[in-house]
Amino acid sequence: MSFFERHVLESLIYLPMLTAAVLVALPFGWRAAARWLSVASGLALLVGSLYVFFVFDRSPDASGAVDGFQLVRVLPWFDQLGIDFRLGVDGVATLMVLLTGIVAFAGTIIAANVERETKSYYALLFILIAGVYGTFVSIDLFFFFFFYELAIVPMYLLIGVWGSSTKFKTFDRPKEYGAMKLVLMIVAASLLVWVAIIVMYNEAGLGTFSIPALSEFALSGGEGGGPGFSPEFQRIVFPLVMVGFGLLAGMWPLHTWSPDGHVAAPTTVSMLHAGVLMKLGAFGIIRVGMLLLPEGMRDWAMVLFILGTVNVIYGAISAMAQTDLKYVVGYSSVSHMGYVLMGIATMDPVGITGASLQMFSHGVMTALFFAVVGAIYERTHTRDILVLNGLASRMGWITAFFVIAGLTSLGLPGLSGFIAELLVFVGAFRTVPVLGVLGVLGALLTAVYILRLVARVFLGERSSQWDGLSDLTAREGFAMGVLVVPIVLVGVYPGPFLDVIKPGVDLVLLALGE
Amino acid sequence: MVVDFSLLLPEMLLAGLGFLVLAVDLFLPQDRPERRNKAVAAVAVVGMAAVAAMAIATQPDRSASVYGGLLFIDAYALLFKTLFLGVGIAVVLMSVEYVGRVIRHPGEFYGLIVFAVLGANLMAGAGELLTAYISLELLSFCLFVLVGLTRGDRRSAEASTKYILLGAISSAVMLYGISLLYGTSGTTVFREMGPEFWDNFSPTVIVGLAMLLAGIGFKLALVPFHLWAPDVYEGAPTPVTALVAVLSKAATFALLLRFLAEARVGTLDEWQLALAVLAAATMTVGTLTALVQRNIKRLLAYSSIAQVGFVMVGVVAMTEAGANAVLLHLVGYAFTNLAAFAVVVTVEAKTRKEEIADYAGLSTASPLMAMVLTAALFSLAGLPIFAGFITKFYLFTAAADAGYLWLAVLAIANSVISLYYYLRVVREMYITEPDPEPERIRLSPTSAGALWALLAGTIAVGVYPGPFADAVDAATNALRAYAGGA
Repeated sequence: MSFFERHVLESLIYLPMLTAAVLVALPFGWRAAARWLSVASGLALLVGSLYVFFVFDRSPDASGAVDGFQLVRVLPWFDQLGIDFRLGVDGVATLMVLLTGIVAFAGTIIAANVERETKSYYALLFILIAGVYGTFVSIDLFFFFFFYELAIVPMYLLIGVWGSSTKFKTFDRPKEYGAMKLVLMIVAASLLVWVAIIVMYNEAGLGTFSIPALSEFALSGGEGGGPGFSPEFQRIVFPLVMVGFGLLAGMWPLHTWSPDGHVAAPTTVSMLHAGVLMKLGAFGIIRVGMLLLPEGMRDWAMVLFILGTVNVIYGAISAMAQTDLKYVVGYSSVSHMGYVLMGIATMDPVGITGASLQMFSHGVMTALFFAVVGAIYERTHTRDILVLNGLASRMGWITAFFVIAGLTSLGLPGLSGFIAELLVFVGAFRTVPVLGVLGVLGALLTAVYILRLVARVFLGERSSQWDGLSDLTAREGFAMGVLVVPIVLVGVYPGPFLDVIKPGVDLVLLALGE
Repeated sequence: MVVDFSLLLPEMLLAGLGFLVLAVDLFLPQDRPERRNKAVAAVAVVGMAAVAAMAIATQPDRSASVYGGLLFIDAYALLFKTLFLGVGIAVVLMSVEYVGRVIRHPGEFYGLIVFAVLGANLMAGAGELLTAYISLELLSFCLFVLVGLTRGDRRSAEASTKYILLGAISSAVMLYGISLLYGTSGTTVFREMGPEFWDNFSPTVIVGLAMLLAGIGFKLALVPFHLWAPDVYEGAPTPVTALVAVLSKAATFALLLRFLAEARVGTLDEWQLALAVLAAATMTVGTLTALVQRNIKRLLAYSSIAQVGFVMVGVVAMTEAGANAVLLHLVGYAFTNLAAFAVVVTVEAKTRKEEIADYAGLSTASPLMAMVLTAALFSLAGLPIFAGFITKFYLFTAAADAGYLWLAVLAIANSVISLYYYLRVVREMYITEPDPEPERIRLSPTSAGALWALLAGTIAVGVYPGPFADAVDAATNALRAYAGGA
């Protein structure tokens, strides 16, 4: 391995941590310096992520791969428990690293709009980014969990200090409420994961948290070469993993933190949280659930499948009923994460590939959504659909970006959402056709609420109060452009992305014995 | 028997330091209280640092004991000595300003802290019940006086009275338990007892051990012996609260762990289960009661009760991993809790306020203090990158490994609940709009330095626990039950 290959994954964790530390140490009032430093660091992260994406060996017999993981790096950390700082990526993780790089870069640019305590805001943001990267590239269960929790640490302050409250007709949703709900629900769920990790560690008795070692054990570690974890054990432990990670993926009925939290959060945090952090949940189900507990997955797949389908329909219907622009996007995330869960639950090569691509596609799309909604809110100071109208004539660029995100979300061919959802549907039809039909119905509902929104908010006659509005600044436009590129690229030329996913899916299929 | 007195040099020097601090205060001019306070504190800090260096330098290569097993000088004792001296130094540093404003007798204050540390150090080395008892009393007597040192403050006097009365009763109970054990076994030396002694299920042994554990439970504030803790925490001068929370707890755990490991009480399942129930009750009661507190010192009191419950989870495991986890947690807990108390002490010295609501706007009044307190609370809640995450992970894994999965799950559930009340404090500091706008708080270089150092320690244990874990490993290997990793 070359120098860069050896160190790129760890630097994706160190760099944001270091940036956060430098930001904390910067003297007061150095706002411009904080912005430049953050954007430069965001750019470096994007470059690093692209490097990982391109250096990842897509061939079936990849030369640098260790147990299916590439760019592996192991540093001893805590001998007494057998914890190593063990990094590596498979196909799915590589795509997620790329997603994180894109959203983090766009997010750091958008975050320059923040005026209050800019320095602290960026510092917390980079801790969040470090946690996200760490989770995707860790192949040691302890560190997987470590970074998973680390991503939650800054959320309370990010939402509580820089977020916004929502007033409904009959009640208020203060930002503290959204922050507390999000943090407590995610931490509570992560504790199920914690319990699952401890029992798996003890049951395997290998004295290590290494995911490749445990997955090897799960495949053929038991006595007589059979599967390592007994089917009964897997049946009991898998639900812990499914619920624990599922909550973060917005799985119904545990999704309630997501709309409230994402609406209360400031723009960049919503982008990162809905765009990337929710993916950690789905990624966790694949990485821990499918890879280590394949029998349990088989037992519970139907439940996950149904819950995922409910997500799609329930999220879409809820989105229709909202009058707050950001809540529409929030519920559309719940709906779209349903496709990911459905795809995973098919346990079918096409379905899992679709789920992985949907994670990427939804991540970029929802980041774009939140960026646009944030831009509208900064200019109009309202998100009420009933008040906003005819914005297109004043804000051409904003409208264009919103329409792109909207079309992606309803699955227009030529954009990333189409391919991802198509693959999920094909997978679903090959396994449980009824649920596949319901999934397609969900896509139809998406079209209804998105087009309605476009018609009401952007088209039609403009009231006089919106006469003085300005369009995007060049900086904001650039950030949103960064997000549009992958949407179009996946839509028209998905080959490279599917090639990257394939080795990851093969790894999972091997565990499932398909 | 020839006693090698050089082994006792650090303890003797520490005792001498205590008298020196008292004497320095006597001979300094009385008309400049500010300088006198600082000079006495400096003597205490430099002296304790020197003793710590001395203890490390004169440590014998192999474990040694003096007076036929009464007192051990081994890696286990050394780890705790270093820790306790560090705690003493941190407490003195954080209280300089507080003492200047609230307490009129710096010599007594710092001198008693030094003697308390001496008591704690002897507890960590004690290999015999009466030595342990006397060391424990030395620590307790210092704390009794320190708690009541703010003369004229009614809460302080009340706290001191409660602490002395309940402390005396618990000591009596403990002493009675020791006498019963001595009556049956004919010895008070840990190593001369053993599994065969505990196996012989005579009622005297059971009652004796139960009384001994009850006495220890009082010092640890284990449920149901915890009722004194919140009042004492609230009434005591705040630096003394830190001392009670960190020094006295850690020293008692050092004693308990050595007793259980050397006397091999832990091999008995019945006692394990009893301790497990105590641990479960302690963490649950501590966590749930903390939910409704408005005073920051009471909040930390109940949170420390919950923390003791978590440590008990590791004690219950009775394995080497469990013992390691307990020690590592105590190290991390010392950094974390001292960091929290350093902020509380400083805020009180500056503003004379200690309600949680008074912390509104601390993030603008003093960003450093708000950051350190937030980090400490997150560490107590067990979030990464802070010490609490890895130490709790270690504790609960060890407990699950020893067959106490239910206890680990309960502990994990309590951790989530605790996050709620820690976040409430964070909300006051960062989110609540203060009215009126608080004045900026200027920190003295010593306070700021102490805060940064404690923060660094909390993070160091959390992100690079290797060296700490190795030190802890060496320490537990000195105990008979875990010798040679067995």
